[in-house]
Amino acid sequence: MGQAVAHKSMTAGEGGAAIAFIALAFFSLIVAAFAYTPAYAFHAYLFAAASAAAAFKIFDHYLERPAELPPLTIDGKLNYNFGPIKFASVAAVIWGIAAFTVGLLAALELAFPAFNLDLPWLSFGRLRPLHTSAAIFAFGGNVLIATSFYVVQRTSRARLAGEIAPWFVVLGYNFFIVIAGTGYLLGITQSKEYAEPEWYADLWLTIVWVAYLLVFLGTLWRRTEPHIYVANWFYLAFIVTIAVLHIGNNLALPVSIFSPKSYVVWSGVQDAMVQWWYGHNAVGFFLTAGFLAIMYYFIPKRADRPVYSYRLSIVHFWALIFIYIWAGPHHLHYTALPDWTQTLGMTFSIMLWMPSWGGMINGLMTLSGAWDKLRTDPVLRLLVVSVAFYGMATFEGPLMSIKSVNSLSHYTDWTIGHVHSGALGWVAYISFGALYCMIPWLWNRPLYSLRLVAWHFWISTIGIVLYITSMWVAGILQGLMWRAYTKLGFLEYSFIETVEAMHPFYMIRALGGFLFLTGALVMAWNLWKTITLPASAKIPAPVLVQPAE
Amino acid sequence: MSLWARHAILERNSLILLIGILIVVAIGGIVEVAPLFYLKSTIEQVEGVRPYSPLELLGRNIYVREGCYNCHSQMIRPLRDEVERYGHYSLAAESMYDRPFQWGSKRTGPDLARVGGKYSDDWHRAHLNDPRSVVPGSVMPAYPWLVATELDLTAIGEHLKVQAELGVPYTPEMIAGAEADARAQGSPDADTEALLKRYPNAQARDFDGNPGALTEADALIAYLQMLGTQIDFKLYDNKANLR
Repeated sequence: MGQAVAHKSMTAGEGGAAIAFIALAFFSLIVAAFAYTPAYAFHAYLFAAASAAAAFKIFDHYLERPAELPPLTIDGKLNYNFGPIKFASVAAVIWGIAAFTVGLLAALELAFPAFNLDLPWLSFGRLRPLHTSAAIFAFGGNVLIATSFYVVQRTSRARLAGEIAPWFVVLGYNFFIVIAGTGYLLGITQSKEYAEPEWYADLWLTIVWVAYLLVFLGTLWRRTEPHIYVANWFYLAFIVTIAVLHIGNNLALPVSIFSPKSYVVWSGVQDAMVQWWYGHNAVGFFLTAGFLAIMYYFIPKRADRPVYSYRLSIVHFWALIFIYIWAGPHHLHYTALPDWTQTLGMTFSIMLWMPSWGGMINGLMTLSGAWDKLRTDPVLRLLVVSVAFYGMATFEGPLMSIKSVNSLSHYTDWTIGHVHSGALGWVAYISFGALYCMIPWLWNRPLYSLRLVAWHFWISTIGIVLYITSMWVAGILQGLMWRAYTKLGFLEYSFIETVEAMHPFYMIRALGGFLFLTGALVMAWNLWKTITLPASAKIPAPVLVQPAE
Repeated sequence: MSLWARHAILERNSLILLIGILIVVAIGGIVEVAPLFYLKSTIEQVEGVRPYSPLELLGRNIYVREGCYNCHSQMIRPLRDEVERYGHYSLAAESMYDRPFQWGSKRTGPDLARVGGKYSDDWHRAHLNDPRSVVPGSVMPAYPWLVATELDLTAIGEHLKVQAELGVPYTPEMIAGAEADARAQGSPDADTEALLKRYPNAQARDFDGNPGALTEADALIAYLQMLGTQIDFKLYDNKANLR
């Protein structure tokens, strides 16, 4: 690049963001001063500190940078923006380890309640939302942001839109995670499952999410490819629908701007329906559509084969997003929700099996002609096994949504087992596979060790098998014990007897979780060694992990 | 041009694709959620259901804060074993003032929809302090800090006021008297006439065995003891709302 001849001036984005952050910092300080609770004051101070740091960084970056903004292409080659993606990838690994560790602690608390240590911030009721949010939003969310920013650039052949905006999305999102997580430990929650953060965290996430949508769309608008690649349809559906769900479910009035507490605008039955409209589609759009986008990019890349069927992917996409949104009421079978809604929810949940398996087939059949690579490439094995788990979980889900099955399974650990065959088998495995692909691409290094990937695969697969089988047995056992009658027509078991019967399975589950965590630690080590390999360790030419182009 | 080829329009125009997605995902939500707000049969009219008293509301907020809903449901399904184990199946009206609802989705512990009156205050206090002292096989965490923490009554009136804005029938009188009502309900020998007029059938006493202080345990136990007790099922007619 030539000398900076242009007059250096702040962009509208830099100036606007800096002013907004300074204003937010002052506003946060005022809120902190009058906060009703120390926990809320702590959060206000965090907002103030983070805003001040952001404003400082913007000015500092402005003074350091050359007058011209980074070019879209350098010598005819695209100048991709990988910085925010690198940050989100590393954050995903760290949050993943944190999520699995907290999950293990929560599992141990159920097996041995002494692990609660009689401390408020370690008690199961506060730890469980921390675990679920860390796994879904911190680990899964960072994987989704990282891969979506990577995939949209590669498949559009365009540099990421904005210079500050992508960093705002990544850092702002992770700041939301910090606020949400520390909030749970301090007892700040609105108790809506997978939407526990209170009103101010929700507002912040809304701003970040709109920025995310704009960066994603802006990159699509810059594309030099005529078609939007199928993975991006799924990312777009994920981003837009999550925005709608997040806003609809979290509409609330705060007690005061100085109070962390709010009351949702919906109540009772309607609140239950809105919550599970949100909750099931957090599964459908966050944990499914987003990760299907990963499937549609990373499996073809890694297997070096085109997507099996273009038409199937069109049908898969529209059928999946249309049907998923109806499935929420299956979380409310036999409750005070009207029967007609329950029946609709069940019907669409069963129909959902078809697009789910259509997608699975499209992913698996992409390996046509490349099945032998499963033997030699453990990364591809992770990706493909994740799709197999997806198939299992999306068969089990419709089964459990049938009212008569649900009358047994609901409220038991069968649900927990089902969730984890999806979360560990599908979401985490496809994330691991994507990270094993993407981190070498981002840092332009070969993966440190494929053997360690194989170890990771087997250790965590044994962990998953222990986890889901123990929860199947525990759930079905407890469900049957609750409804068991003696010959004389009395309930056979007191509730506490059914709790005591869970103990061995809770121990096996904790062991499964320990193995899964161990596998993830192996991955973290492997990826760390990859990133810190000397720069001279270039990828040899004929290897699988060649970047697109 | 075949339909498949027409899909290229969506693949080439991100905004058309975006609008298409929004339309497709909106349909299910509109059909399932919107009617619940205007179909009268969604929530039947039942005698006895009233908004939470200030002390019960604060107790409920502690229930939410500690994440009790992670292990306890408040929704008895109309299944034979559940009705025998927990009592009459839950009615929609019983959670009409619940913001947010606490139906739960997991029973690591038993359902609490009708736990009110089943155990003594002493039992609850002992159980919250050390669950295994009264239920040896329990895996519930202990909550010893509840009896030791003074109840925070800051801005309790605002809690009611915000809900009144959302449609909960809290009167200006209830809002103004919120703090006094909370204190009256948790004290052993306060004048509770005004409280009971505003919140019929509210139970007023010292709940936590420590008459000198109004603690978080007072509020939580007051909440637990009223759960599921508002409707008199001897008088309830399950055909009354059929149309």
